[in-house]
Amino acid sequence: MTSLTRKRRKAAARRIWSQFRSSKQGMAGLVILLVFASLALAAPLIVDQSALNPVVARAEGNPQWASPGEFAPLGTDHLRRSVWAQFVWGSRVSLFVGVAATAVTMAIGATIGIIAGFRGGRVDALLMRFTEWFLVIPFLPLAIVLASILGRSMWNIILVIGISSWPWMARLIRSQVLTVKQRLFVDRSRSLGASNRHIIARHILPNVSGLILANATLAIPISILAETSLSFLGLGNPRNPSWGKTLEEAFTSGAMTRNAWWYFVPAGVGILIVVLAFTMIGRTLEEIADPKLGGRR
Amino acid sequence: MVCFNFFLFRIVQTDPLAHMFRGRNIPRELQENLRAAFGLDQPLFTQFLYYLRETFTLNLGVSYHSRQPVWSEIMARLPATLALLGSSALLAGIFGTMGGIVAAWRRNTWKDRFITSGTMVFYSLPDFWLGMLLLVGFSVVLGWLPIGGMGTIGVTLTGLPAVLDYLKHLTLPAMTLTIAYLGEYALVTRSSLLEVMSEDYLTVARAKGLRDRVVRNRHALPNALLPVVTLAALNLGFILSGAIAVEAVFSWPGLGQATAQAIRGPDFPMLQGLFLLFSASVILFNLFADVLYLYLDPRVEEV
Repeated sequence: MTSLTRKRRKAAARRIWSQFRSSKQGMAGLVILLVFASLALAAPLIVDQSALNPVVARAEGNPQWASPGEFAPLGTDHLRRSVWAQFVWGSRVSLFVGVAATAVTMAIGATIGIIAGFRGGRVDALLMRFTEWFLVIPFLPLAIVLASILGRSMWNIILVIGISSWPWMARLIRSQVLTVKQRLFVDRSRSLGASNRHIIARHILPNVSGLILANATLAIPISILAETSLSFLGLGNPRNPSWGKTLEEAFTSGAMTRNAWWYFVPAGVGILIVVLAFTMIGRTLEEIADPKLGGRR
Repeated sequence: MVCFNFFLFRIVQTDPLAHMFRGRNIPRELQENLRAAFGLDQPLFTQFLYYLRETFTLNLGVSYHSRQPVWSEIMARLPATLALLGSSALLAGIFGTMGGIVAAWRRNTWKDRFITSGTMVFYSLPDFWLGMLLLVGFSVVLGWLPIGGMGTIGVTLTGLPAVLDYLKHLTLPAMTLTIAYLGEYALVTRSSLLEVMSEDYLTVARAKGLRDRVVRNRHALPNALLPVVTLAALNLGFILSGAIAVEAVFSWPGLGQATAQAIRGPDFPMLQGLFLLFSASVILFNLFADVLYLYLDPRVEEV
């Protein structure tokens, strides 16, 4: 029994992969993402983290505000630190926060969505009222307020983005669960004496997971952009700078009036490319999960 | 909402006076008196009732930073934000919708590809970073436009020069926000128009021998623009809070900049007031969008 389902799952995964491979957009996104993911993972091998420390940078005798021509590869900032080192280490934080915050969003959204959709009735009504109420609270202001209350740290930012962005995920998953619940195999399974837990784990979840995955991929860019804005507004952790934090420091140190483009261009380009890559992958997955969307996008 | 706001800020901010006293030596007795004056010695529920009463009489407390009442601070900054976001919302709506119409009507041509990929790029970059780039390009390198603020400092202008000066300062932040919001309108217009274009009644209109332009403007657009109107109504909810980081970049003295400054403090009464206002405007325009949709599209029945 289990080996049969495993075989079927494997076949489904292979089918999705072959569909994915035929999409130029999706593959381009995946390749870009792999490049940045390896950059983030290999950060300690590329530049030592001490390069982010202004004291070390000064001791090394780095020049201040050096252009890329004077200090390879991306110049230095007002504290003599290498911009390249900040870019490499920033990719780590930005990507990690984006993925982790989305994981929090998914966890809350999926739990509430599945319970509401599966239970129905009064539980559903109550949970959806709660969700709708959260849905109308503007995302960024809520995140800002929560982050300034909780204090500056990377984990708080992850938590805050997750808390502020779960409602639409819950609604989406609920509506999916509602349609899957009507399908015949759920009734069959129940008539064979399956428990709710079994039905949710074995029948509902596998059937909504494609859509969840596609939407999670599309939610990551939103999380990354939210992290960037929060960090730019001074809510990021200065010890562990993300790309958004680099942009904030470039802004406050006056890099713009000096026209020190090497300080604020790389981080922004990094964000743009990573966000685009995730969007391209997410759209491709969405088209696979819901072929009706087809060419409309 | 009001209730949520109260408890949210009460969770951590156990002693607001500690903030005001920070780094100062104040006799114990005076502290107790002040606490009583602010009602902080009362139980939480009584405090909450006070808070409700004060909120409904628009008394939002005193900013830690400026020592001014939060409400008057907000009111002073409101016109700047409304001008900036109002103008960019209008421009983004017009240009975005036009772009979306062209992209859908000329589907799969180079125009469509150009517009679609362009909007995707604008959609993917942080709005304040775009602002930073425009600022460096137009103000620092080219020197055409001022780098920030709402007027030239140290000069008193009247009449037409004053208006021109204001517009010059408005151009860059408004341009940033217009570009940032354009993509959403273009994408929604495009996909909605494509959906309408596959409907039978358009084929009928064409079969009647109507010209392409008439088919588009008289038959396709009225239906296709419904979601766009709803989007615009929903986006109006963000007319107060949509430009927090962009206002900070251009030191535009509006509510967004006030938020950015309040974060640095952190100035909790100010943040609390701003958050209340931001949420209120979003909720209000959500309702408005629902009602509007019901009115514009008779096919939607009241649920």
